[in-house]
Amino acid sequence: MGIKGTKQELNLFVLNLIGAVSLMPSRSSNPAIAALRQQIARMEGDGGPIRSMLPFRLPELDRRLPGGGLALGCLHEVAGGGNGAVDGAAASSFVAGIAARLPGPVLWCVTEADLFAPGLEQAGLGPDRVIHVEAGDDVSVLACMEEGLRHGGLGAVVAEVARLSMTASRRLHLAAKGSGTTGIALRRWRRQQDPCDFGQPTAAMTRWRVSVLPSAPLPVPGVGRARWLVELIRARAGESFDLELEACDGTGHLGLPATLASGSAQAAGGRGRTFA
Amino acid sequence: MDRLRRQAGEVAPSPEAPLVLAVRVGNLRLVTAACSLAQDLGLSVGMPVSKAQAMVPDLQVLPHDPQADATSLERLALWVLQRVSPIVAVDPLDGLVIDSTGADHLHGGEAALLETLLGRLVMSGVTARAAIADSWGAAHALARHRADPMHVAEPGMAETLLAPLPLSALRLPPATLAGLHTLGFACIGDLLGQPRAPLTRRFGPELCRRLDQALGHAAEPIEPLRPPELVEVRRSFAEPIAAAETIVRYIGKLVAQLCAVLEERGLGARRLDLLCWRIDAHVQTVRVGLARPQRDPQRLTRLLCEKIETISPGYGIEILSLTAVTVEPLEARQMASRLLEEPVPDLSALVDVLANRVGVRGVYRLAPVPSDVPERSVTRIAALSEPVGAGWPGHWPRPARLLPRPEPIETLALLPDHPPVWISWRGIRRKVARADGPERVFGEWWKRDAERIAVRDYFRIEDEAGERFWVFRAGDGENADTGSHRWFLHGVFG
Repeated sequence: MGIKGTKQELNLFVLNLIGAVSLMPSRSSNPAIAALRQQIARMEGDGGPIRSMLPFRLPELDRRLPGGGLALGCLHEVAGGGNGAVDGAAASSFVAGIAARLPGPVLWCVTEADLFAPGLEQAGLGPDRVIHVEAGDDVSVLACMEEGLRHGGLGAVVAEVARLSMTASRRLHLAAKGSGTTGIALRRWRRQQDPCDFGQPTAAMTRWRVSVLPSAPLPVPGVGRARWLVELIRARAGESFDLELEACDGTGHLGLPATLASGSAQAAGGRGRTFA
Repeated sequence: MDRLRRQAGEVAPSPEAPLVLAVRVGNLRLVTAACSLAQDLGLSVGMPVSKAQAMVPDLQVLPHDPQADATSLERLALWVLQRVSPIVAVDPLDGLVIDSTGADHLHGGEAALLETLLGRLVMSGVTARAAIADSWGAAHALARHRADPMHVAEPGMAETLLAPLPLSALRLPPATLAGLHTLGFACIGDLLGQPRAPLTRRFGPELCRRLDQALGHAAEPIEPLRPPELVEVRRSFAEPIAAAETIVRYIGKLVAQLCAVLEERGLGARRLDLLCWRIDAHVQTVRVGLARPQRDPQRLTRLLCEKIETISPGYGIEILSLTAVTVEPLEARQMASRLLEEPVPDLSALVDVLANRVGVRGVYRLAPVPSDVPERSVTRIAALSEPVGAGWPGHWPRPARLLPRPEPIETLALLPDHPPVWISWRGIRRKVARADGPERVFGEWWKRDAERIAVRDYFRIEDEAGERFWVFRAGDGENADTGSHRWFLHGVFG
């Protein structure tokens, strides 16, 4: 209990420091912060800093993520917002984009098989790379996910689950750390009212929520490139933020809406929502 | 439990002409088997061949070869053993008995099990009849006298079902049967009401034993078929074992033995059966399958040990036996050189573990099928099949989720080719802000007649909140023959 308290204090302390030095271009250049980070990592028993990152190749996004990208060999959580909490369509495209940019085969565990493979392929994840597992309930899905994480030969393991307890997520996170495989828990609920347990703590490294937004406006009638509101709700040793982004292209890369890319929104305090 | 009537597996001569098999009994040649064509012409088993030939002039008569029948029946039993259930035995003269306990759920229930089995037998040219019942005797009787071509008896209904069947269904010696007929007994129901003692005094204990076995009052263990070429190792215990740790230890020892034998023969196991004989004569079975032939003791032990919780040891297990029912050649292979190429991760161990946990059908990859109908454009292939390379044509956006079946929605739309102005799906009305389409998908006339002129017009729509859906109208909007002109929601875009 004592150690935990200390860790939280340290975390807060680091956050304060970051707040104080946020004008500095790179955080790790400060030796004091780097030392503190190492101390936290030691307390968490992670055995040193995280080895590698998967950058999103969008400076607006990567700049705000601890380490400059999505930490590999960890557990992450992704959920959809609004109706997406039930259908998980935007969340699965987001996850498919991440998995597409990781090398190696992908294990995708579900309880109900409603993924449409042509849609995943358009997010960059081709059919040859995905092994689907259809298990009966959440518990078997998590067991299959752990099995995949422990194997070590996979690029990423995705599991669609509604409930994810602290114990289960801790176990999955350790399995991911042991093998270096990235695990993504795609939270998907049966009913619109259920996602309230998304507030419960888990051991995941980051927690994302992806909601749909009206697509990019076109000069002609039609539906443009899909846009998402990507929210980082929780990140270990990092700050949360939200950002309006364009959906994955055919290689799994997210895009920056034109209004943001032109810099006008950056000037407006870094919060990427634009209201017309 | 099944019974399969082999009907002249070698029908090769000419399937159009009636065929009977004959055997010589003393001075008489008797028909022992008749094909369905011959039976339709009035020929029956037990009829003299001369009479049959008089009735059907161009009858083909072949000698009956019981030896060949028995060997091919055993071959069939082995085939069933490898595919259906770990406990299979030959039920002389013309049947197989299968203990389907613990095997039926793998095939989707008892009726589905029988249907698959019969379907596969028909495809390989064997006409069979099958029944499932509580006991060997009951299944034997029902398969021969009630199944057409299959029958699934409700548990506990044996007495009612068996009563109207003839006495020959009871597997009695011919002398006893003749004696019973002389006394005026015609069906099993007549015997059930009779006092047992006089029957036993007259016909010996066999009659009542068969009766009890059919009704399930007397146990009748099935000695599983184990052809000599199967690799089997077994271990008997002086003291019955029951603890999970002990079972794990002995499974490890058995697997090591089995792998040594497999290595000697250059084989790898594709399917393993672990049979546990309990001291109360019940047999518990565990079956594990492998995606690729294997003889690595650690992996096989792990797969078997994961299933230990399904074994109920009862009062204790006295014999453990481990059999590799399906084997394939497994030769040593050279590993890829790490200097030149990245080693490809070996996923077969993972796929095996997952397949044994969620079932073989639960682990798969998806592959494209050249079809424009969305639900037909994806097929499942084995998880470890070779990469198919090609994907789907990518010029139209496709949703990330496809509903299991299209759901009807209410819409307001201009005909013939405008997208809806609003849709109402699952009780929520949404105003359509933007839309793309139509993308016309034609029915596949080569699949069904009804699809010859069927048309679907797909639209990608976006509501004011930004939610994107894939909707279609059945029909082209002009001609009522092309579809009902109702609207459906088929998928959700990310």
